[in-house]
Amino acid sequence: MICVSAIDNRLSVEKSDPGRRGLKIKNPLREKACLKPELRRKDRPKLPEMSEFDVIRHFTRLSRLNFSVDTHFYPLGSCTMKYNPRFNEEAAALEGFASLHPLAHDDCAQGTLELLHDLGSRLKELLGLDAITLQPAAGAHSEFTGLLLAKAYFESRGEERDEIIVPDSAHGTNPATASMMGFTTVNLASRPDGRLDLETLKKHLGPRTAVLMMTVPNTLGIFETQIEEICRAAHEAGALVYMDGANLNALIGMVKPGELGIDMMHLNFHKTFSTPHGGGGPGGGAIVCRKALAPFLPVPTVKKEGGRFVSDFGDGRSIGKVKSFFGNTGVLVKAYAYMLAHSVKEFGEIARCSIINANYVRALLQDLYPSYSKEYCMHECVLTPGPDLAAKGLKTLDVAKGLLDRGFHAPTVYFPLIVHEAIMIEPTETESKETLDEFVAAMREIHALGVSDPQALKDSPHTMPVKRLDEVLAARQPNLRW
Amino acid sequence: MYVPHTEKDKEEMLKAIGAASLEDLVKQVPSKFLWPEFDLPRESLDESQAAARLTELSKKNCRPLSFLGAGAYERYTPAAVKAITSRTEFLTAYTPYQPEASQGTLQAIYEFQSTVCALYGMDCANASMYDGASSFAEAVRAAVRITGRRKIVYAAGVHPQYMDTLRTYFAHSPEYTYAKVPMKDGVMDKAALPALLEGAACLAVQTPNFLGLIEDMDGVADAAKKAGALLVAAADPVSLGVLKTPGEYGADFAVGEGQSLGLPLAYGGPYLGLFSCKKEHVRQMPGRICGMTKDKDGKRGFVLTLQAREQHIRRDKAASNICSNEALCALAATVYTALLGPEGMRELAEANMGAAAHAAGRLSSIKGCSLKFKGPFFNEFVLAVPGSAAAMRERALGQGVDIGLPLAPLYPELGETLLVCATEARTEADIARLEKAVKEAI
Repeated sequence: MICVSAIDNRLSVEKSDPGRRGLKIKNPLREKACLKPELRRKDRPKLPEMSEFDVIRHFTRLSRLNFSVDTHFYPLGSCTMKYNPRFNEEAAALEGFASLHPLAHDDCAQGTLELLHDLGSRLKELLGLDAITLQPAAGAHSEFTGLLLAKAYFESRGEERDEIIVPDSAHGTNPATASMMGFTTVNLASRPDGRLDLETLKKHLGPRTAVLMMTVPNTLGIFETQIEEICRAAHEAGALVYMDGANLNALIGMVKPGELGIDMMHLNFHKTFSTPHGGGGPGGGAIVCRKALAPFLPVPTVKKEGGRFVSDFGDGRSIGKVKSFFGNTGVLVKAYAYMLAHSVKEFGEIARCSIINANYVRALLQDLYPSYSKEYCMHECVLTPGPDLAAKGLKTLDVAKGLLDRGFHAPTVYFPLIVHEAIMIEPTETESKETLDEFVAAMREIHALGVSDPQALKDSPHTMPVKRLDEVLAARQPNLRW
Repeated sequence: MYVPHTEKDKEEMLKAIGAASLEDLVKQVPSKFLWPEFDLPRESLDESQAAARLTELSKKNCRPLSFLGAGAYERYTPAAVKAITSRTEFLTAYTPYQPEASQGTLQAIYEFQSTVCALYGMDCANASMYDGASSFAEAVRAAVRITGRRKIVYAAGVHPQYMDTLRTYFAHSPEYTYAKVPMKDGVMDKAALPALLEGAACLAVQTPNFLGLIEDMDGVADAAKKAGALLVAAADPVSLGVLKTPGEYGADFAVGEGQSLGLPLAYGGPYLGLFSCKKEHVRQMPGRICGMTKDKDGKRGFVLTLQAREQHIRRDKAASNICSNEALCALAATVYTALLGPEGMRELAEANMGAAAHAAGRLSSIKGCSLKFKGPFFNEFVLAVPGSAAAMRERALGQGVDIGLPLAPLYPELGETLLVCATEARTEADIARLEKAVKEAI
């Protein structure tokens, strides 16, 4: 983190100088189309007037105010902030991929279509499922696609099912997607160990149940040991099982989710498959499903006909489109580059090392930050601030801000909702033992500071470009634009 | 593979954990599910091999001189945009959940929101949606929530894929009805509005419309308002360098595809959904919103705000399920517009209109070809051709020119036509080649 001058704390428009120019667009044709004045805009848009150098300096300065994976360890639980290989970026920027128009004739798109086809085939095998769409733009968008498939599937069978069962440990997107689709969400309380309770589940399953949505491993980083029985119970009630794949990093190359009995799942390429998060996107999603759901997948999909790859618009049973064109193809090229860089055994090593890393952090911290679960975790662990800090009135938020001062991004905090004061840590497999040791030392130092000088921790962060921000002011008097 | 652990590291870590082996850690997974057989390559590629494979694939895409538009536009991406978006502090950051450590991303989002408001003439904008289609669908959803009505009136010139996406978003309920405003001379027949708008949640219009024509929006917002309906407008942000803004003609929601602000075509994504609205609808906006505030010392800072609309707080009561958006694409668009400024945006829009006008003039002089419509257009137009447009396109592709999109599958009533687009990326020589290719393909 660089010391930032307060004087320079201005918006781009505040650096504007009327008449100053950056890029110019020459009109090479010197042809002017005439436009009636009533079709023209009256005011000039309020955009900055800056030189190119001003713009570069402005945004470079902003970039230096950020934490990022490349600059800081970023143990955000459920977000899988692993290293984003540079090679992926180079692959997606190849001119042949980057300049392809989405409505290009299939003959002109053979390379991209082949890539999408090969990526899809490999993913189906890796996950043990039969069919795939790469159209969704993100995880939540995939959930939406998955529930649409379920809807179409039940309609095709003449069944009316309007309930989605979601455990209380689920990501917020699960119930939000269900209600967006007009389903009623049935909230399922977890057992004390964080797992689903099979007997409670059975009571809620019935002729109205469309889908059971579950995250595997769940958001506590715990595997659903009874998953086979859970899927069987859901299937006996005629329901489908949807697996939220946000935590796939724990299983990749080690378990085929399809063998667990689920009917469909989503992928987050920006998590498991190392594509960068970009400060909140773009992501990339997919739904991978069983044969029975395949006819309903969004169009187009890619199929191979003879030696040629073609867009397949299905047989009319498709749910339609969830997005214009094909999907976030640029992200998919990066995921494919990542795919090529891994053998099956190396995918297994991702799962293995992500699990070792999470348990290592957990083991070295749980005397001070008790783990919610008493057993080993998978790829992430959920800790709590513990009695010493609680006695001083300190919260998870204070620990999070203390970490920022020590050069670490905070873990996911206050999630899952079922754990009071949750600190959810997902180191990922790309972090070395040394980094984890430093992180553990920082967490222990924060604990010591909290006990000796709680106010100092409450006032943190001290070293960031800004101190704690007034979120109430932001919400009460929204200032959303210049 | 990008895992740093040596065997020794793993042993030491397992020892610290108190586990004998990894198998100890994963006892919670029934053993029959562990380590199945995969029919996948036993060997990974090293970086140079992977580069060779990807380069080979990328070269299988052919690169004709293209006059395709239809919602995605070829545009030069300035080096300065790439320089900023490839800064890894932006590229590899997460959603700004810890504002003190994310002021760069947050201020960039604030400036993006401001840029969208400035271009569209609207009061507020969000931090982005997936693409133009999902922005459009979410705006119509918001109009439905606000009015409590379920009838959606849309102009025939709305991008067909936007309508497909919208229908998918509402597929769960048969209660939604759609009414199409018929087309007259390639634009909506405004005379049909009063009758159609009765009981409608919104009127959804796109201008320039899918056929490239500029809709006359005069009196449209009033017609909607009279019927108690909201106006949802989709517009290409580049066109707003010169065209009347949705704010000026009274739209309640204004959306668009931000790809045209300098993002690569990339076969359909990642693109950028632009979403803006009037102030009174701010709490019905989906997705993330960044706001300016103060820190404890009174210093300016930025946070995500109005989060009570969002999925991680409201769960099943959220305005939308969106979580990840297109932040890096939003950054690219913000840098692009900052580089151009108001004057550059006007120049860009006029260069597009000039290029398309030039192409239209040349092509309509070919015997058998004519402009299908007379109205003003932005950077694309409908060309009526003699014979099969699809066959002509294939023939011209053989000469290395993609002469445009055959419209018959989407608008059979237009007959044999092509949607031809020329952005500022097309030169006079390019357009001469287009003319030649069309002539030879007839």
